Amino acid sequence: MSWESILIQLLNGLAGASSLFLVAAGLSLIFGVTRIVNFAHGSLYMLGMYLAVWLSGRVGFWVAVPLAAVSVGLVGFFIEFFLLKKIYKAPELLQLLATFALALVIKDAALWAWGPEDMLGPRAPGFSGAVNIAGSAVPQYDLLLILLGPLVLVFLQLVLSKTRWGILVRAASEDREMAGALGVNQRWLFTGVFVLGALLAGLGGALQIPREPASLNVDLRVISDAFVVVVVGGLGSIPGAFLAALLIAEAKAFCTGLGYSEATLVIEFVIMAAVLVWRPWGLLGRAQAPAKNPGFAQAPAEFPARKVFIAGAVLLAVLALLPVAAGGYTLVLLTDMLVFALFATSLHFIMGPGGLYSFGHAAYFGIGAYAAGILVLNKITTMEFALALAPLAAGLGALLFGWFCVRLSGVYSAMLTLAFAQIAWSAAFQWNALTGGSNGMVGIWPAPWLASKTAYYYLTLILCAAAISFFWRAIHSPFGYALRAGRDSPQRADASGIDVRAVQWAAFTIAGLAAGVAGSLYAFSKGSISPESLGIQRSVDGLVMVMLGGIQTLTGPLWGAALFTWLQDATARNLDYWRAVTGMVILALVLLLPNGIGSFFQKKK
Amino acid sequence: MNILAVRNLSKAFGGVQAVRDVSFSVAAGELLAMIGPNGAGKTTCFNLVGGQLPPDAGELFLEERNILGRPPRELCRLGVGRTFQVAAAFISMTVRENVQVAVLAGEQRLNSAFSTFERNDKTEQILLQVGMDAQADRLCAELAYGDLKRVELAIALASRPRLLLMDEPTAGMAPAERHGLMALVKEIAKEKGISVLFTEHDMDVVFQYADRVMVLSEGEIIAQGNPADVRADPRVRRVYLGEEAAHA
Repeated sequence: MSWESILIQLLNGLAGASSLFLVAAGLSLIFGVTRIVNFAHGSLYMLGMYLAVWLSGRVGFWVAVPLAAVSVGLVGFFIEFFLLKKIYKAPELLQLLATFALALVIKDAALWAWGPEDMLGPRAPGFSGAVNIAGSAVPQYDLLLILLGPLVLVFLQLVLSKTRWGILVRAASEDREMAGALGVNQRWLFTGVFVLGALLAGLGGALQIPREPASLNVDLRVISDAFVVVVVGGLGSIPGAFLAALLIAEAKAFCTGLGYSEATLVIEFVIMAAVLVWRPWGLLGRAQAPAKNPGFAQAPAEFPARKVFIAGAVLLAVLALLPVAAGGYTLVLLTDMLVFALFATSLHFIMGPGGLYSFGHAAYFGIGAYAAGILVLNKITTMEFALALAPLAAGLGALLFGWFCVRLSGVYSAMLTLAFAQIAWSAAFQWNALTGGSNGMVGIWPAPWLASKTAYYYLTLILCAAAISFFWRAIHSPFGYALRAGRDSPQRADASGIDVRAVQWAAFTIAGLAAGVAGSLYAFSKGSISPESLGIQRSVDGLVMVMLGGIQTLTGPLWGAALFTWLQDATARNLDYWRAVTGMVILALVLLLPNGIGSFFQKKK
Repeated sequence: MNILAVRNLSKAFGGVQAVRDVSFSVAAGELLAMIGPNGAGKTTCFNLVGGQLPPDAGELFLEERNILGRPPRELCRLGVGRTFQVAAAFISMTVRENVQVAVLAGEQRLNSAFSTFERNDKTEQILLQVGMDAQADRLCAELAYGDLKRVELAIALASRPRLLLMDEPTAGMAPAERHGLMALVKEIAKEKGISVLFTEHDMDVVFQYADRVMVLSEGEIIAQGNPADVRADPRVRRVYLGEEAAHA
């Protein structure tokens, strides 16, 4: 370790910051005007990479890069024109879900077009050499990228301040209704901004190919990095995005330069935490106006308590008798359904009554699973104690992350949950000594008396039923009402003496704890865990389950989880493009049936 | 004796001085109206007093207690209730649940996730008082706007306030309804000894129900006193009533 190596890392970080800035700037621009946080923005970046690699082989690098960027802009046009236009007036959560679904579809489209292997890009002709700086070789291409970031920043600032179009964009960002009233043609303005944002993301990806191969994992990594950048820089602020991209890339590079590459995740988290405590709206951001359509302000569907009790008892009796008739395979499937019913119920608790959007609930599921595995495999405790302790680890994680999430609202909070889940995933993926890295952990089996499928099924049934009935009870308890009050009208709740953040924080922690119960049960039922158990895909699964069941219903998460688990089991093994199917299901739900299947059964009051 | 004392309160948003060196007090049991043209700083003033916004400068006292910088939830516990310009009730709940959640919040009894959300006498009394007992089981989302305003009043009364802050209590209501609501507010206030500070656009309402009137213009108080004096004040006529006359 020397000053030279730190300098090299800093330059490397600057080069990385440019790409990151392009993505974050596009994300910020689009949010400013359309108020939609585009979860598929990392996917557009990924698409830019693949297209650029593919085109380079045909037309050469320097033509491929702009062509890829323009192509991604065109994809953006289709996305905006055929999907987003239909949901601008929809509740925030549905908009987030729709762009999330898009990310899934794009990933599978890339898998279909280019296959699962990483694709190496060419070097940039004319910039393939290196420059000697302080005795080390710095790639010329890195220096080009370092220059490009500020150039794009200046260009964007000029467009926004000098051109008529840019002034309209700023007017719309300030006050959408007012700009509309002044006769700004919003439809084309929105389309234009989205295309520009997509183009920037595509360009960011295309420019990255001489530095790293195109791969299918890029999308989530980039979008969570971009989220961290806009949260730190301030959503809607382009200079803020630039500043934050520099800050984060440099801090990470510094850690790597010092020889602590594991610390890069921690430093990202520390920077974000510090900024959020010091300036909750980001370095150059401004306080966010409350959402105009927060959505889902309905009551949870309430049957008379007696009916719920009877229905619950009948269901429980049926589930308890099933092992008599069902075979081993069915029992495993039922065990999965129970585990995911609890997972979905805990997610529903914070999303429905709590009004907090979590796009990273799997983090707590995964922490529970990993904690169980670590406790048992290292012979720290017996399986029974591990099952009791592991959820506490998940609860602690939720306590820590939740403190930040409840300080922000709506989309900000959703972005944070995703970023935290990505951090947890990276930790599991990278911390080989503790978690087994990408291979995960094997041999996590239950105690002998629980080893049979029937015994384990009963254990799962008892724990999940108890936890789910706790949530049902909690929704109708004074605490549940306080939670709903804070969701319905934070201002009113505060003026009535309710500490809204504290209530939400408690709910977030309880939900994390319960997800941890589900996760540790899952680990022992499978005997193994991998980073996938806390991956974004699992968080999305949870969201789909809740959506399927209908967010304002009490029992919806149960039906949603059962249906989804069964569907996945029945089709996933025969289907190469499961993600795309999930994405399509979400899009169909959002566009056709925003209240979920549960809404069919719900009595109209 | 004063329940609320406001001293030299100021607040600017960027370059706009929304509230400038405002000082006033609310006497125990009085209904004080704050009036002024649009943009005079009334809502900002309210949000400063109610703890929704931090002031740039100034002091706030509730009785003898310094309440500067306290969040709304603490002010609520100290005896300040408030309603908002755009009625903000808990939209997913019934009328009764709205009041009940506020009653329990005032008593700090919302922590249990296991117990039942039980009905209580206090809620029923307040519902009766504001005349919403017959509609207690209706969902707030289904209510007429005037009724929603009554629910908001009921929520504000739930914590047994000694000072009630009402920002535009009758905004969006039909004229007949306005008098109904203000008569109700006055009756409850006099009966329970609650002081009320309210802003209002309807001059009829102001001069009929306020004990005292205070006029804000461009963030400053330009007159205060009993309704008749304020009505006669030439500056007020120029700044405020003059503007109304011009519109008429």
